[in-house]
Amino acid sequence: MSYPYLPKKELGEVPLAGEGATFRSLTEAVARVTENPAPRGWWIAFLSAASFLGVMTIAIGYLFWTGIGVWGNNAPVYWAWDITNFVWWIGIGHAGTLISAVLFLFRQKWRTSINRFAEAMTIFAVICALVFPGIHVGRTWYAYYMLPLPSEMQMWPNFKSPLIWDVFAVSTYATVSTLFWYVGLIPDLATLRDRARNPLRKKIYGALALGWRGANRHWQNYERAYLILAALSTPLVLSVHSVVSFDFATSVLPGWHATIFPPYFVAGAVFSGFAMVMTLMLITRAVYGMRSIVTMKHLELMNKIMLVTGSLVGYAYGMEFFIAWYGGNDYELFCFKNRAFGPYAWAYWTMISCNVISPQLFWFKKLRTSIPVMFVVSITINIGMWFERFVIIVTSLHRDFLPSSWGYFRPTLVDIFTYCGTLGLFFTAFLLFLRWVPMIAIAEVKGVLPESDPHYHPEEAHADHHHAEPVAAEAEE
Amino acid sequence: MQIFPRSLNKLPFIAAAVGGILGPGVVLAAWYYVTPKNFQVGYAPTQPVPYSHRLHAGQMGMDCRYCHANVEKSAKAMIPPTQTCMGCHAMVRTESAKLAPVRSSWETGKPVEWVHVHKLPDHAYFDHSVHVGVGVGCATCHGRVDQMEVVASDQPINMGWCLDCHRNPTPNLRPRDQVTNMTWTPEQSKGFTPPEVHPPTHCSGCHR
Repeated sequence: MSYPYLPKKELGEVPLAGEGATFRSLTEAVARVTENPAPRGWWIAFLSAASFLGVMTIAIGYLFWTGIGVWGNNAPVYWAWDITNFVWWIGIGHAGTLISAVLFLFRQKWRTSINRFAEAMTIFAVICALVFPGIHVGRTWYAYYMLPLPSEMQMWPNFKSPLIWDVFAVSTYATVSTLFWYVGLIPDLATLRDRARNPLRKKIYGALALGWRGANRHWQNYERAYLILAALSTPLVLSVHSVVSFDFATSVLPGWHATIFPPYFVAGAVFSGFAMVMTLMLITRAVYGMRSIVTMKHLELMNKIMLVTGSLVGYAYGMEFFIAWYGGNDYELFCFKNRAFGPYAWAYWTMISCNVISPQLFWFKKLRTSIPVMFVVSITINIGMWFERFVIIVTSLHRDFLPSSWGYFRPTLVDIFTYCGTLGLFFTAFLLFLRWVPMIAIAEVKGVLPESDPHYHPEEAHADHHHAEPVAAEAEE
Repeated sequence: MQIFPRSLNKLPFIAAAVGGILGPGVVLAAWYYVTPKNFQVGYAPTQPVPYSHRLHAGQMGMDCRYCHANVEKSAKAMIPPTQTCMGCHAMVRTESAKLAPVRSSWETGKPVEWVHVHKLPDHAYFDHSVHVGVGVGCATCHGRVDQMEVVASDQPINMGWCLDCHRNPTPNLRPRDQVTNMTWTPEQSKGFTPPEVHPPTHCSGCHR
């Protein structure tokens, strides 16, 4: 992570952080959130999130006690909300990895303001996702069967099954994301340690900072480790959701059996992940006064990514229909007609309006720089992406090859409580993160501040912003 | 300013070493110890009647099938009904105190509540007749019952143990007329060619 000799102003001549942001103001703005007592609003949000988490615990406890029949899943819809929620949460996590790894390797320095946030979101989303494969197996105490452990049964997972690939993909993803997030946190945790007055706080952050002193040697190792982890994470952005899509694509069910699934799923994952980052970012940015660090430029760039990925997803929806007709397979064609005009048409058209139509607003600069518009659109995208998974899973299953067994899936209260409960789990973890961990990567944002320019002079700072070639000019000074 | 003593620098290495040994260690220990080899073998519950296989099958040389009469025909080998016992004991040792439960069962019509020793889980399908039919000896799975005063489990009867034989059945096959012979050894049937059998090793072979 070597910053250039002079901070390049890649996005035109506008600095990446807001006007007037300095090392000091940045550290103050980020660190004091973890130091001051939590505001009343935080407590209200935390307690409501925690009560949702409690609801999830009760719903899952009831599921363990009674059995999987408390959900609405039944023949022929064996997968329903459980897998929908799993894929939705995993998808949301992808934006974090894209921002932290792919944009890092492409030297997109605007990522520094949002990467910590997005990575934390990734980890919590993966935790929420992991709840579902763990509980949907029915007898949860046998969930360890998913791992290739030696046992007296001489029984191994079926390595030809995409479900076991999923176990490896998601567990690798969880491990690498956590490591990546933690390594990035070390310098900032050391900042919190150095600012701490309470000895216990000093000890806790000191232990987590792993003895970081900010020495040259430390930075060299840190940057190398960060680069390696970024390189490891980058293929995961593509591979994890590709593997998730194999759960469907390698089956023989019309509506699932499609080669377009891996890229289609990856685009959808990035799409929904950015929408979730946007929703959370808009709230946090307003509540904690981070407007000078996360600027309109950042938000606009994220909206552009949503426009691209949303259009990719729309293309995939269209292509599925085209292939169903062009492929000449009656069953495939039936499946897609049934999807758009059958009993679940309401879900299909909800998905189309939320995912394909709503992001098209971002073609207009006025709309993609409007906070209320982007807030509403980011939420509709999240709803739409949930419906996408629901449509793929349930509409393909509910009318399969045997018309006598056709059915209609309805969720039960336990389904609903479990899903809403994972939102509680997510927000509980997220609020704890906001409260105790620096939510912006202080050290990284400092690298793109004007002050990190070795030739920075406060009185010239303003002039700097308008010089096209400051490098040669200032080198002679 | 130092917050932590210098000796803590070793902690990551110690934690890595302990974690590296402990994690796989727990898995390997569970694999090796948490198995029916340790919980099933030697299980010898006290039966309501102190019936001695050593006396009946060993010293008197009764054939297994005299009591376990269904073993060649059905999935269950069958625990003999009271009538089978009384076939002899209506005349032999009619006053024995040990046989009191059998006589009361005979009078009341309530079966003797024998305790199940070789218990397979309900999700595992097992058929005695097919195993006996291809020449798997009684003693192969049940051990030397003719030497047991109280019947005890001789083999672990776990899934890996079943699979060991299903993958390579030949060493456990014998001529069909030797199936109930407790003292049979391969040397007694030189020139015997075991039948070609292909026992299932896929999931639904046993978990139907």
